[in-house]
Amino acid sequence: MKWLVVLLWLLTGPAFALEPSEMLADPVLEARARALDYEIRCVKCQSESIASSNADWARDARRAVREQIAAGQTDAQVKVFFVARYGEVVLMDPSAKGINLILWVSGPVMLLVAMGVGFVYVRRRDPKRAEPDLDEAEAARLKEIMNS
Amino acid sequence: MYYLRRMIVELGHFALILAAIAAVVQTFIPLIGAHYRWSSWMAVAGPAATAQFVLVAGSFAALTYAFVVSDFSLRLVVLNSHTLKPMLYKVSGVWGNHEGSMLLWVMILALFGACASWFGRGLSETLKARVLSVQGSVGVAFYAFVLLTSNPFVRLEIPPMDGQDLNPLLQDPGLAFHPPFLYLGYVGLSMTFSFAVAALIEGRVDAAWGRWVRPWTLAAWIFLTIGIALGSWWAYYELGWGGFWFWDPVENASFMPWLLSAALLHSAIVVEKREALKSWTILLAILAFGFSLIGTFIVRSGVLTSVHAFANDPERGLLILIILAVFVGGALTLFAARANTMQAKGVFSMVSRESALVANNILLAVSCFVVFFGTLWPLVAEMLFDQQISVGPPFFDAAFTPFMVALAALMPLGGMLPWKRASLGRAMQPLWGILALSIASGALVFVIRGGGSMLAPIGFVLAIWVIGGAIAELGTRTGRGTVAARFARLRRLPGADWGKAMSHSGLGVTVLGVAALTAWQIEDIRVAQVDVPYEVGGYEITLRDVNKIEGPNYLSTMATIDISKDGEAVVTLRPEKRTYPVARMATTEAAIKNGVFRDLYLVIGDPQDKGGWAVRTYIKPFANWIWAGCIIMALGGVLSLFDRRYRVAAGARKSPNVTGVPAE
Repeated sequence: MKWLVVLLWLLTGPAFALEPSEMLADPVLEARARALDYEIRCVKCQSESIASSNADWARDARRAVREQIAAGQTDAQVKVFFVARYGEVVLMDPSAKGINLILWVSGPVMLLVAMGVGFVYVRRRDPKRAEPDLDEAEAARLKEIMNS
Repeated sequence: MYYLRRMIVELGHFALILAAIAAVVQTFIPLIGAHYRWSSWMAVAGPAATAQFVLVAGSFAALTYAFVVSDFSLRLVVLNSHTLKPMLYKVSGVWGNHEGSMLLWVMILALFGACASWFGRGLSETLKARVLSVQGSVGVAFYAFVLLTSNPFVRLEIPPMDGQDLNPLLQDPGLAFHPPFLYLGYVGLSMTFSFAVAALIEGRVDAAWGRWVRPWTLAAWIFLTIGIALGSWWAYYELGWGGFWFWDPVENASFMPWLLSAALLHSAIVVEKREALKSWTILLAILAFGFSLIGTFIVRSGVLTSVHAFANDPERGLLILIILAVFVGGALTLFAARANTMQAKGVFSMVSRESALVANNILLAVSCFVVFFGTLWPLVAEMLFDQQISVGPPFFDAAFTPFMVALAALMPLGGMLPWKRASLGRAMQPLWGILALSIASGALVFVIRGGGSMLAPIGFVLAIWVIGGAIAELGTRTGRGTVAARFARLRRLPGADWGKAMSHSGLGVTVLGVAALTAWQIEDIRVAQVDVPYEVGGYEITLRDVNKIEGPNYLSTMATIDISKDGEAVVTLRPEKRTYPVARMATTEAAIKNGVFRDLYLVIGDPQDKGGWAVRTYIKPFANWIWAGCIIMALGGVLSLFDRRYRVAAGARKSPNVTGVPAE
């Protein structure tokens, strides 16, 4: 059994995501690469970006990002590079195009609808429009509930 | 001894089946009784709820016992435990898996039902019977789920010598208590659901109902707040890079009920004080529990696979989906049929506390739906449009944050407005100074940072505005007079007022933490050579030593790193990398020096080919404010929960014909 323990000990566990050896020497380019890491998804993982994933695939992807950037590609071109190979799923967020536009506008649309409904409701409760407040019996009951 | 052990586990299994039967009794007898006004039938509800709880608690205790003594004749214990595991994690292993966590779920469900019967003596006879009946019916569904698909008491014919260990990521104090708190929150919302459905059956929602429902919502919200904070704190120190929120589907699953319960908390006040927003509040109560079930579904089915779906099984997911459809669908149908019977009474003008609370509800509810939509969109896109996409943090940051900004911006003003009719000018009067202060601090942050993302300055403005607003509101509540008189009045303010000020400022503290962390975090990744110091954000960091250490059930690579500032030693940290041989997993154990204004966060990586070790250094300003804010929010909730008025209400309206006093 002892040899097994030693063997497991020697096995390197998952290293943390970005290794120093992967980084670009130029801090400006590296910062760009780092930002891009967060926008590209590790397709072998589950909802993790390549920035935080320890998987081999993510490491290769990080290397590819840096190669592209070092070769003078823009951020958008790097993303196109990945989408062309793996499809839209490789991006952490879908672009606001086509069917996914629904997702992006859903929040503002829901807010507008809710505000509209809320406004109509509040206006209906306005004392100038609505019937008088509690009648006497109701007021007495309310008082009883509140004071009891 | 061996036979005694076997007996205890079998008794636990038996108790679980009996609890299910008690739940069936609790569902049908009181419901029929309430319909025909048969007091003796309605009176069954209380004792049945108590019996159900005692039985399921016994069953849970039996399972816990099996884990504690490492009874490897139970399949669950084999899969999730190990003799070498520390005792705390043997116990937390009970709910660190699907079957055990579902047993915990039903136990909490029964606990809430029993509490409603113990503390609900002031409830009218029929309402109490119906509430407990609905609560029982949710129980029946989940007992069926546990017994049919997820029985924790399944035996192995030939017990192995040792277990397969719990997922090492779960062997952590923060995560040991994360699920129970979340479940207390999720399941706490079942109580408000039961109250809502009972009120719909009853056809009556009044101020008393609002008062009854609020403590339950409050309790659920407090537990959710703590549960979510624990999970976030765990992610911060365990995952090795100090993130605190990932917009992971499982996180979203717990966040959605939190948002809705926060909304419900506020709308129930309007029902209680002003008898308005009734049908909306009922709807919210149904939806809040609906989202709890959706959360359970997402976590348990693994339909939206995520980093922490530990236990998932599509068939079980389908069953939860059916439970969800039956209960939420049924409740909504009942709601559609009965909603028009609930007439709002209170009137209020456009500028009033009621309107402010309506705005609060709109922002919280819509933001919840934004999270919901974003979480489910990949599934929708794939099923309907055959498109594989993912929706990650950038979307949620962009789509969700504006709602919280608006909420925080409105909060102090809304808190200041009186009921019925208000004047904006008068409400703003005590707030102008706070507003100036908050804008000034935001400007200061902007100048210090020298531009960059606007998130940090905006965050600071909002944080100071919210915290200052909460304090200013407490100040105005004390009225006028000498300082001493105002202090005396401050001390006598009701718990709910204190709770409100505290929870609101807690949110401000969390916002401050998030803003500061986003603005000023420093990250450094490099190869460190032993005894060669390097500088990060004003700190001098020196790797001294790397050792191999053997823990109780893991092997560790431990680095010793000295940190000093301006020549003075600050701290020596020991980050680790652990390997768990039995579970065949490795974890990073970051070493963190916590501070009020900054955390120093170190992670040790791999040895490098050319010598030295990979080391990650983070300086995380104000990180702890994020969770401190959550704790303050939760404490505010507790203060509000113990407001005298609720306790008085609990004993009130005791009608002479109440016969359903439970066994004491």
